[in-house]
Amino acid sequence: MSDKVFICRCEDLTEEEIKQAIDEGYTTLEELKCKLRLGMGPCQGRGCLSLARRILCQKTDKTTEEITLPPSRPPVIPVSLGTLASDEK
Amino acid sequence: MTVDNVPNVRTCITPLEENIRVLEQDRVGELSNKKKFNRKRKKIDVDIVIVGSGPAGMMAAITAAKQGVPSILLVDENHLIGGQLVKQSHKFFGSEEEKAGTRGIDLAVELMEQVNSVKTIQSMLKTTIIGCYNGKKNHKLIAIKRLIEGDQLIEINSKSVIFACGAMENMLAFPGNDLPGVYGAGGVQTLMNVYGVKPGKKVLMVGAGNVGLIVSYQLLQAGVNVDRVVEILPKIGGYNVHAAKLRRCGVPIYTSHSIKEVYGNGKVEGAILVAINNSFKPIPGTEQKVSCDTVCIAVGLTPSIRLLEQIGAKTEFIAEAGGHVAIHDSSMQTSVKGVYVAGDSSGIEEASTAMIEGQLAGISAATLLGYDKQADMLKKKYRKALEGFRSGPFGIKPKICKEKIACCWNGGINY
Ligand SMILES: Cc1cc2nc3c(=O)[nH]c(=O)nc-3n(C[C@H](O)[C@H](O)[C@H](O)COP(=O)(O)OP(=O)(O)OC[C@H]3O[C@@H](n4cnc5c(N)ncnc54)[C@H](O)[C@@H]3O)c2cc1C
Ligand code: FES
Repeated sequence: MSDKVFICRCEDLTEEEIKQAIDEGYTTLEELKCKLRLGMGPCQGRGCLSLARRILCQKTDKTTEEITLPPSRPPVIPVSLGTLASDEK
Repeated sequence: MTVDNVPNVRTCITPLEENIRVLEQDRVGELSNKKKFNRKRKKIDVDIVIVGSGPAGMMAAITAAKQGVPSILLVDENHLIGGQLVKQSHKFFGSEEEKAGTRGIDLAVELMEQVNSVKTIQSMLKTTIIGCYNGKKNHKLIAIKRLIEGDQLIEINSKSVIFACGAMENMLAFPGNDLPGVYGAGGVQTLMNVYGVKPGKKVLMVGAGNVGLIVSYQLLQAGVNVDRVVEILPKIGGYNVHAAKLRRCGVPIYTSHSIKEVYGNGKVEGAILVAINNSFKPIPGTEQKVSCDTVCIAVGLTPSIRLLEQIGAKTEFIAEAGGHVAIHDSSMQTSVKGVYVAGDSSGIEEASTAMIEGQLAGISAATLLGYDKQADMLKKKYRKALEGFRSGPFGIKPKICKEKIACCWNGGINY
């Protein structure tokens, strides 16, 4: 049986790893993203950012409103470089 | 997952085909040597592009077309038109005019036929908008269309954009939440009602809002055993009619209960539940085991706003909306001129209100482009209809949500 609690499935991040990073001083979602690749998987944070936000709220005594989400950037789904670099006609 | 040697595929929205090879993928995928992209990129110029073909998007398209807008593009990443409607086999609640009593799937077909019968609307399925840019004159959207020959890049230039991208399902954090057999309610509904596949034999439903209650009932209809519904709040969130239907079928609903963990060897074999006190903390010693092979999570939705953020629309966190939403005026226009929002993307609500918001957005976008036939009268009518929906006992939450959005729009956000 697995006793791990997965927060970011795409990047295989557990609750424990995120809590540990927060203890080390990474106390915004943006910092957690830079440190752990949180929200940088194929789904681009669809599943994990709000779960991670909840942990941040608990650990840093903040309300949900006070926590900003990392900015959204293209592409929102994985795209191969070949497609991006395709020519016109 | 890797599908036919292409890594990072979202299998949840990829239809299964004969001889398709689906493999698990651990983090970074490997690309095969086979060329899997289409070298022909395409450019499209349109008057209005609508992202999402749910009830909001379809109504926006139909309405803008009726106003006389010459070229409208309706884009959806799914291979079916209709958004959430395609899996809703139950009869809708709401008013006669917004098709209460009609089943969601029938409504999807009805609206699709309308969309298809209008020459000025072009619909493009299996196409995902992957990025948006706000230009001075035109807005630029980059889309990827999934074709058999490989993905094709499409550059869309549009005078106006309506985002009707719906919402994402919320997940929960508990030990075992990655075991096969833990599903989102929407996923279960798609499996059963779109593809005719049972998710399992015995289901534990987490969440007693309308989605949890309706999906539980549909599971029973499909011949799946629903052990019980657990709800962390002290009362059932969904409509009484849905709860009563379940209770009549002998499915217990445990309020003030939550899921502590899921266990099993390689797949779900059972779950441990725990009672919750008034301050939402688990009460030690109240744990109980439930054996099941499926855990279905129906704990709310979060508006999809990532594309709206990219185009520069101002967003705010509004709890009653289900998360961050793009703030908008009473014509559904966001802080970016020519960019509109409608449906669940502007706050989680219902198909009926999504349709009206879509109509409002369609009228507004058309008006901006100079097609303003009876616009004021129509807008008034739609606003009145929305007000009507939000004045009932179940309209309180969306009403507060929209009041807060209006408040943000007017510059003040002191609540
Ligand atoms: C179980 C259940 C029961 C419900 N029952 C009722 C009911 O009885 N009555 C009622 O009024 N409401 C009901 N609702 C609510 C209703 O289904 C939704 O409020 C409504 O579908 C929202 O419509 P929408 O057009 O905003 O979004 P959706 O229907 O979610 O459509 C959004 C579309 O956008 C597409 N999309 C998203 N992002 C992109 C992108 N980047 N590129 C391209 N396409 C994209 C998606 O594929 C999707 O097709 C129910 C919901 C559920 C889950
Ligand atoms: S779950 Fe975190 S990026 Fe997909």
